[in-house]
Amino acid sequence: MRQRRVPYWLLGPGLLWLFIFFVVPMYFMGELALRSGSLTTGFAFDWAWSNFPDSLSGNTEQILRSVYYAGVATILALLIAYPLAYAIAFRAGRFKLLLLFAVIAPFFTTYLIRTIAWKTILSDSSPIVDVLQTLALVPEDGRVLATSGAVIAGLTYNFLPFMILPLYANLERLDLRLIEAARDLYSSSRQAFLRVTLPLTMPGIVAGVLLTFIPAFGDYINAQLLGGTQQAMVGNVIQSLYLTQRDYPEAAALSFLMMALILAVVTLYIRFAGTGAFMGDADEGKA
Amino acid sequence: MAALSRPWAWLRRNGLPIYAGFAVAYMLIPIVVIAVFSFGDTPRDRLTFGLDDGFTLEYWESAFAIRELNDALFTSLRLAALSTVVSTVLGTLMALALVRHRFRARRAANLLIVIPMATPEVVIGAALLSMFIYYTLALGFTTLLIAHIMFSISFVVVVVRSRLIGFDRSLEEAAADLGATPFTAFRTVTLPLLAPGIMAAALLAFALSIDDFVISNFNSGIEVTFPLYVYGVSLRGIPVQVNVLATMLFAVTVLAIALVLVQQRRAERLAARVSEPQQPPIPAPGAAATS
Repeated sequence: MRQRRVPYWLLGPGLLWLFIFFVVPMYFMGELALRSGSLTTGFAFDWAWSNFPDSLSGNTEQILRSVYYAGVATILALLIAYPLAYAIAFRAGRFKLLLLFAVIAPFFTTYLIRTIAWKTILSDSSPIVDVLQTLALVPEDGRVLATSGAVIAGLTYNFLPFMILPLYANLERLDLRLIEAARDLYSSSRQAFLRVTLPLTMPGIVAGVLLTFIPAFGDYINAQLLGGTQQAMVGNVIQSLYLTQRDYPEAAALSFLMMALILAVVTLYIRFAGTGAFMGDADEGKA
Repeated sequence: MAALSRPWAWLRRNGLPIYAGFAVAYMLIPIVVIAVFSFGDTPRDRLTFGLDDGFTLEYWESAFAIRELNDALFTSLRLAALSTVVSTVLGTLMALALVRHRFRARRAANLLIVIPMATPEVVIGAALLSMFIYYTLALGFTTLLIAHIMFSISFVVVVVRSRLIGFDRSLEEAAADLGATPFTAFRTVTLPLLAPGIMAAALLAFALSIDDFVISNFNSGIEVTFPLYVYGVSLRGIPVQVNVLATMLFAVTVLAIALVLVQQRRAERLAARVSEPQQPPIPAPGAAATS
């Protein structure tokens, strides 16, 4: 009898912390979203449901832009990460650990400082921009900074490790004998890849896409530092409504909707794939 | 034909490793830029990101000359240390429960651990701020600590859990057979073998806390952490010392990770040696000396 209570004692403190400081705040954010008023008169609770549609219609442009930026960044990250993860998993030999370390090394410098470094690299006087201009990839008088391209490049860079790691974890577990079997059955290497490797690594791809798209969608640092006024994303709106304009109800409504959307996607994903991909292993299946 | 197929064959063989080299270089570009510019001589002691004036050690010598920067870094270190200790303890206990026990609330517990990791930081920050506003709690070090512990816990669970899954339980059973109480077996067998995993988790929690800007920005009040300081001065001009300290932090973290990795390997070797069956079962005379 006592034995059966052990897991609850072990889990209790941590789960309680997560409950009080993650779940409960979501409730208060929803409550704040149903208030109306202004900072001077105070915000009174009056079931102001209209805050939700208002927060969407007032910021359609930024919402669509966030979907677009995060979408392109996710696709780019996938294209960059898949071959890299494949190389680390199968071709790295004794450099495997070193390469894995290099992949997560950016995490050990401050996110903000890293992004400021990119701001320098892409600034108007930088040699890289000169090269791009010479190659006519950027117009002679054009700039890279303060464009959509710069923000997407920043997002791609900053969330790339979130794509590489689940892909690597998936590829690492791949049974190479299956590919050999495909080759023995006379498939070309392209067919073997498309019909064996790719389907078997689909869980890693989906996990990587979610882990990249979600934070990229909510990000506002890249848009703020690398973009201009025309590149604001939803994150910028929430940040400025909360911290500068202090229009709490609209800000709360907007971020509550964002949370609801992400919660829906994630629970849907977990229903099909289990929590394993996020936890970094396969055995935590669909239980 | 053969002349043309040879470079193609070479590319097919080596293309992937070459690509990997480029991709890794791309990952490391900003780190190199940060380190290089910490040595750049600049007229106004602010980062200009031109190297026309050559290099200098000046800013490394005066690394701790800016008081606000020192205070911010100290706040960050204190915050990271405290949140690391609390989140590592809570997370390790949770990982033990999830791997070692079967119980009914397991699915819900997993969900509650996973979802914060999949939530954009801006939402976490905004939700916490909403709650603090409701209770008119003064924002400051305490609210920062609460937030940092919260977002670190899940990552600790994931790291410790992955180490526990590959854990050889026969060692604990052996300890029990030899008369150890469950607590003694845990303290003298489980914990030392688990230590590298816990260290790795603590390191990650520390890095997450030091690095955090978004959630802190929502819940800091007047408290200034290292990233918040950098953000504050980024509009006016960033002192070169920021790059110096960032480079130092990076170097220290890399060293710490290297140490953990070495230790982890040693623990693995040790565990492998212990669980290996003795060969041959009945040692030939004199064999013990050669092993």
